[in-house]
Amino acid sequence: MGEYDVIVVGAGHAGCEAGLAAARMGAKTLVLSIQLDAVALMACNPAIGGTGKGQLVKEIDALGGEMGLVIDKTFIQSRMLNRTKGPAVHSPRAQADKRRYHEEMKAALERQENLDLKQGEVVDLIVEDACARGVLLRTGAVHRARAVVLATGTFLGGRVFMGESTYESGPCGFAPATALAASLRGLGLALRRFKTGTPARALARSLHPERMEEQKGDEEIIPFSFLNASVGGNKVSCRLTWTNERTHAIIRENLERSSLYGGLIKGVGPRYCPSIEDKVNRFPDRERHQLFIEPEGLSTDEVYIQGMSTSMPEDVQEAFYRSIPGLEDALFTRAGYSIEYDCIDPLSLYPNLEHKELAGLFCAGQFNGTSGYEEAAAQGLMAGINAALRVRGKPPFVLDRSEAYIGVLIDDLVTKGVEEPYRMMTARAEYRLILRQDNADLRLTEKGHAIGLASRERYEAYLRAKKETEDEVERLRATMLRPAEAAAFLEASGLAPPAAGISLAELLKRPELSYAALSAVDPNRPSLSARTRARVETQIKYEGYIKKQLLQIERFKGLEDRRLPEDFDYLALEGIRPEAKQRLSKIRPRSVGQAARVSGVSPADINVLLIHLKRVGRR
Amino acid sequence: MNDTVAAISTPPGEGGIGVIRISGAESRSVLARIFRPGKGGAALCAGEDGFGGRRMRYGRIVDPKSGSALDEVLAVFMKGPRTYTGEDTAEIHCHGSAAALRRVLALVLREGARLAEAGEFTKRAFLNGRLDLAQAEAVIDLIRAKADTTFDAAIQQLDGSLSRAVKNLRDRMTELLASVAANLDYPEEDIETLSPHDLAEALSSINDEIEKLNATAHTGRIVREGLRVIIAGKPNVGKSSLLNALLRESRAIVTDVPGTTRDLIEEDVSLRGIPVRFVDTAGIRETEDPVELLGVAGSRDAIARSDLVLFVLDAGAPLDRADLQVLQHIADRRFIAVLNKDDLPLRVHAETFSAWLASFGAGSAGLRDLGARGVAEGPIAVVRTSMKEGRGLSELEDALAAFVFQGGGVPVGGGALVTNVRHADLLEKSLSEIGDGLVAARRGEAIDLVEISLRRAWELLGEITGETAGADIVEEVFARFCLGK
Repeated sequence: MGEYDVIVVGAGHAGCEAGLAAARMGAKTLVLSIQLDAVALMACNPAIGGTGKGQLVKEIDALGGEMGLVIDKTFIQSRMLNRTKGPAVHSPRAQADKRRYHEEMKAALERQENLDLKQGEVVDLIVEDACARGVLLRTGAVHRARAVVLATGTFLGGRVFMGESTYESGPCGFAPATALAASLRGLGLALRRFKTGTPARALARSLHPERMEEQKGDEEIIPFSFLNASVGGNKVSCRLTWTNERTHAIIRENLERSSLYGGLIKGVGPRYCPSIEDKVNRFPDRERHQLFIEPEGLSTDEVYIQGMSTSMPEDVQEAFYRSIPGLEDALFTRAGYSIEYDCIDPLSLYPNLEHKELAGLFCAGQFNGTSGYEEAAAQGLMAGINAALRVRGKPPFVLDRSEAYIGVLIDDLVTKGVEEPYRMMTARAEYRLILRQDNADLRLTEKGHAIGLASRERYEAYLRAKKETEDEVERLRATMLRPAEAAAFLEASGLAPPAAGISLAELLKRPELSYAALSAVDPNRPSLSARTRARVETQIKYEGYIKKQLLQIERFKGLEDRRLPEDFDYLALEGIRPEAKQRLSKIRPRSVGQAARVSGVSPADINVLLIHLKRVGRR
Repeated sequence: MNDTVAAISTPPGEGGIGVIRISGAESRSVLARIFRPGKGGAALCAGEDGFGGRRMRYGRIVDPKSGSALDEVLAVFMKGPRTYTGEDTAEIHCHGSAAALRRVLALVLREGARLAEAGEFTKRAFLNGRLDLAQAEAVIDLIRAKADTTFDAAIQQLDGSLSRAVKNLRDRMTELLASVAANLDYPEEDIETLSPHDLAEALSSINDEIEKLNATAHTGRIVREGLRVIIAGKPNVGKSSLLNALLRESRAIVTDVPGTTRDLIEEDVSLRGIPVRFVDTAGIRETEDPVELLGVAGSRDAIARSDLVLFVLDAGAPLDRADLQVLQHIADRRFIAVLNKDDLPLRVHAETFSAWLASFGAGSAGLRDLGARGVAEGPIAVVRTSMKEGRGLSELEDALAAFVFQGGGVPVGGGALVTNVRHADLLEKSLSEIGDGLVAARRGEAIDLVEISLRRAWELLGEITGETAGADIVEEVFARFCLGK
């Protein structure tokens, strides 16, 4: 029916970014969703960001993605997590108005030039000569394309579990994509089952806020998007409360009635977001578990009970939720449930997220074994970019581990694989002091612009911000205080005076002093945005650590820049252990650095590989 | 792109000279920092630091921190790419003993080079296009051989216990890293908060553990290369019979190498599992005046290279001038006093000997500063023996073993011991990282910054055990903490 460059299957957080990126790069794009009311659906938490995830959102934005802009428009509370810790782990997180988030993202797709958004269930992938060429809809309609992005989320082969009951379903009662799962299996894709879960929703008016702790948003909010100088304020508070022995007793008594412990669920769930029955069971010594009450939006009274996902039967759910202070009289609107879905082993993908066996098929989001809106959006963006680049015959766009959390995420997926739904964490990034949320534009906007994604407006904003930061760092370095002046200031702050004159930058390096505190001796400072002030402070204060990490990156790049030929015959390579041969043949790493990260490959194997490469190169 | 590496590139053992090769961008500056030209040396050379034109220069290697000279050397700097490795390369030709060679290498490593891995010079040479195909094949063989070679079983056993010790230490660090990660990645969860102060305490204890291991490097060297023991004393005190008795007593005579050094007799034996090389200074010219004998350059060098002296005295005769002359020659060495011939009517007791030493100022700080450490600190032990009646040998062996295993607190047979220079280097570097982290933690820096040093140290220690870094911390986080939405 239609002829496109790129077709995106699914319009969740991955699909939306994929479609927008491809269209913005000039590819004629079709985005298909089984239900247009499920576009950018927040099926679980009504929140964007968090540790590691906030960094991803900033990077998506810096490259020219949409997520940051939409959350800036629709957030109802915003906080910077880890503010008391170092700048590497400052992580923005915002509560979203769930319905408005969906509406704003859908509107962005509707507005986008080169992009068609259509409702329709894909039941088959059209493959010709081992190339993805289009999709067949349930209606019989055929759409042809030169690249297809699969971003099917929990819709693919979705099955919901609640206590003893289980049925085929997508998230939030939407229809599942069952036929497509069968079709993909028929194409020879090895699918696996993962699971995730969500807690119940309750009505705010039925809760007792005074029995819970209030958690407010930050006073000063730095926007997610680098395009926004400022955003609105907080509109709601969250609440904090705890389970108790009674809650745990109810859960223990009914453990065999949960889908998980009753043995119904076969899929692999993530350890980092266990259901409450999992927590009680795995950590029997804990006297209480914490939970947050998060509003789902301004136009609804529904709240999300964070920390309490469950697959217990509805009656047990109501009983244990109501044992919690503040929830005694809770009225529930939706019960918690677990959902199993089909996904692939991401080891079957190249770092540009293209499938190794089916050319032109790109994969993103939960389909690749991840969990989380931000992880999905990051992959969607990269899959969309690379689908568009393929259509134009351009080389792939891949970020490495020293350039972005996105690079860490995708490298982990395609090099190490996943055994459970993958969540981003700052602990996964080796160079996190370089990969800060505050400098994502400085790291990535140039690249986003070069591939035709980041707009002119964004690129110019980046150039201005870059200059502003550099000028201010330079000014602080060049501005010297007279010894007497510095001594008076330091003494007033209760600190030892310096021996000689000292620059503002040197002063700022003292742990006790902040950029704000220095205003007393810096009357000529320019008026700068909160974003610039924060990054100037970070750049100067942590210069020593930053240099240390840059040196580590230099070592890392040495092996990362050594490319491996796509058709390299590892099996014929002498001197490498058989296990390593097998792994390398499967993964087909892009660089020696990536090869070294493959599990089961030792440093000695890599040495042999290096020597072999050099020898071939010299022939 | 490559960092700078260094290694001893002459075969192990006592050669006439030993060469340390340094390769990489920093090789010139490393050399310039530790080399002090001798007379006339500077005039030969071009360049600000004197190293140009690929000329050998004569001079000394001086520790820039302490100012002490380590060895007299010839040194040369060669600019890449026309060098063996294709990189900037420096070579230091040392004249001194194996011990001096190691000390120079340790200094080079401290000044910024990393210890080269086996075959790394060749690997670099190949990667930089300086080697032909046949040579490249040889390197592959070398790398393969490395995995197959079985080292001496005893050493391997010791390495095994080192691995275990490092592994235990790393497990603790993994736990700590997981706590940090949980704190950083789950700031909203109900988990115990880790403060910089907590981290400082943990780091300090890890620091102590690594230091303990590192302290065994000295002992480890002795285990690897043997303890060099000089038997000294005036004529007719029974040195030869003592040596012979020790040889009979030892469970295994490893080799018999008479006359390897011109003026000396050396015997390698194994005492309580410790390889010991006894050097008898009296083996050749028994009848000659001991002062004259000790004056021989070979003997002096042998004493300088020794780890320990057995100072043999005649317990049946008063201490005299000849004993004093011997003492003067061994003044800077640690020694065991052997009061031999205790079957005769005793003229010298342990107390007599101590009083005699004290009359020369033993125990005073002044002597120590003059370099007479051995005399200043007094004997490690005083042992009474009778060669005639075969008594006292086992006490002497006890004293020798105690010397080897002192300090590090290493139990004989079993404890972790650092016997490998690469391991010692890695321990040294991880100590320095932990030190950085400790400073930062005590200053109250955020835990994620302190973590950078902790993680680096953890990686370095992982190179000892061959464990690869990566997912372990994340695994640990989920095993230990209850986290989630």
